[in-house]
Amino acid sequence: MTTFRFEKFAGVGLLLVIWEIVARYKLLFFLGIIKMEGLAFPPTIPSVAEAFYQDVLDGTMTLSIGYSIFHLLIGLIGAVLLGIPLGILTGWSKRAEYIIDPIIQIIRPIPPLAWIPIAIMMFGLTHQAAGFIIFIGAFFPVVVNTYSGVRGTDRKLVEMAKTLGANEMNLLTKVVLPYSTPMITSGVRISLGVGWMCVVAAEMFGVSKYGLGWKIPYYSNIFMYDHVFAYMLVLGLIGYGMDIIFKRFESWKLRWRETI
Amino acid sequence: MLVIIHLTKKFDGYTALEDVSLEVNDGEFVCILGPSGCGKTTLLRLAAGLDFPTKGELFLDGRRIVGVNNECGFVFQEYVLFPWRTVIGNIEFGPEMKGVRKDERNRIAQHYIDLVGLRGFENNYPHELSGGMKQRVGIARAYANNPKLLLMDEPFGALDAQTRNLMQGELLRIWEKEHISALFVTHSVDEAVYLADRIVVMSARPGTIKEIFNIDIPHPRIRTSQEANLIRDRVLKSLGTEIEHARNK
Ligand SMILES: Nc1ncnc2c1ncn2[C@@H]1O[C@H](COP(=O)(O)OP(=O)(O)OP(=O)(O)O)[C@@H](O)[C@H]1O
Ligand SMILES: [Mg+2]
Repeated sequence: MTTFRFEKFAGVGLLLVIWEIVARYKLLFFLGIIKMEGLAFPPTIPSVAEAFYQDVLDGTMTLSIGYSIFHLLIGLIGAVLLGIPLGILTGWSKRAEYIIDPIIQIIRPIPPLAWIPIAIMMFGLTHQAAGFIIFIGAFFPVVVNTYSGVRGTDRKLVEMAKTLGANEMNLLTKVVLPYSTPMITSGVRISLGVGWMCVVAAEMFGVSKYGLGWKIPYYSNIFMYDHVFAYMLVLGLIGYGMDIIFKRFESWKLRWRETI
Repeated sequence: MLVIIHLTKKFDGYTALEDVSLEVNDGEFVCILGPSGCGKTTLLRLAAGLDFPTKGELFLDGRRIVGVNNECGFVFQEYVLFPWRTVIGNIEFGPEMKGVRKDERNRIAQHYIDLVGLRGFENNYPHELSGGMKQRVGIARAYANNPKLLLMDEPFGALDAQTRNLMQGELLRIWEKEHISALFVTHSVDEAVYLADRIVVMSARPGTIKEIFNIDIPHPRIRTSQEANLIRDRVLKSLGTEIEHARNK
């Protein structure tokens, strides 16, 4: 899974080399893809590193990472706290499904970006508003996966538990929930990824002066592409890192599973 | 113990069981034999209260069976272990539902783990066990719940002949020790003759009781003894015509 493999670095290395060549010799300009020669686009790798270093030095980068993770946590915790119970409810009770499922299905296709006005109306320019946008992105994978996990519970296991004296509550907590844990966990993992992708949407309308998602449009507007790239890379690397950590946790937590 | 009176079970028009009456006495071991699809599993499910009869009634110790009760220990053919629980966790499930304290149910589970010979595997997950071991967990789990009646649906069907013989011996040992009744479904006449006090042969479509054989040979039985052979022949004949019958229909 996260073993050291030469190939993993070869691909990234090759990409970096191509990037540096394109940047250093201004290939995009000479190919006519961008019009202005003076524009440092794409920025060279050293200039991105320099930009990164500057922003780390003056604290902007660190604060931005902190704020973005903070916003992510608000959204993600909200999504888990609301999504899991709702998924269980709709998976467990047919009637609840009839009532709630159409609502979910209508709201689900609305992209997080479209919720910005509502977020601002409800929360103003606050961290909650940013968290709300991330919540919108993160909520549905949790609900849908929890629902499928619960609904897919092996009937035989439920019957077995009944013959061993389990009541409704026991069935839920001792059979259905453990059975759906892998599905729920993978839902949360998807949410983590989707939520992180929503960071730009969540911060671009300016809930604070810091945040990875705020800094990208900010530097883009003043043509500082070296900074834009630095923030994009940090966004990508942190997303990747979180996923690795989550996967570790998942395979430890679900070690009872028979997997390939 | 278990009394089944004029039981009929239909699945949307299809009659799985028709007018089945049967009694399982205290401490009795009853085997059910019959062609595939004659309603053996259905009968066990009804006895466990997992399904409802279309007509007729079932009683357990004089009380009518309506819905699941935890006085029957069910052993499914496909093990049906909780994969997220270890061996001991699976066996503790019943006592846990009853609210038995942790150390007490641990003691109970340990007792049955020893009984089925799984010592050393307490903390293994089901996917780490062989088929025979899983089946023993299933049996231990049913026992640990202290049932009055064991309902076993081809519990040894998936085992090789040797493990199967071994498990039959163990089952008898436990059964004699714990003195409970058993309703045991099997496809193997040998198995039935080795285990049962009574053998019920069923006919198919619709499932009815065709013939009942009493076996008075004391345990432990010799599989190849003359008496055993005699009964085996009679049961085989009864079953054979039934299977022919089921095919021709
Ligand atoms: N839930 C159900 N819905 C519809 N039909 C069912 C249902 N359960 C069982 N049946 C039918 O009832 C009949 C008896 O099924 P049952 O599983 O009891 O057979 P069986 O004797 O256990 O067979 P086998 O020896 O193959 O396990 C079958 O024809 C089956 O198709
Ligand atoms: Mg069956």
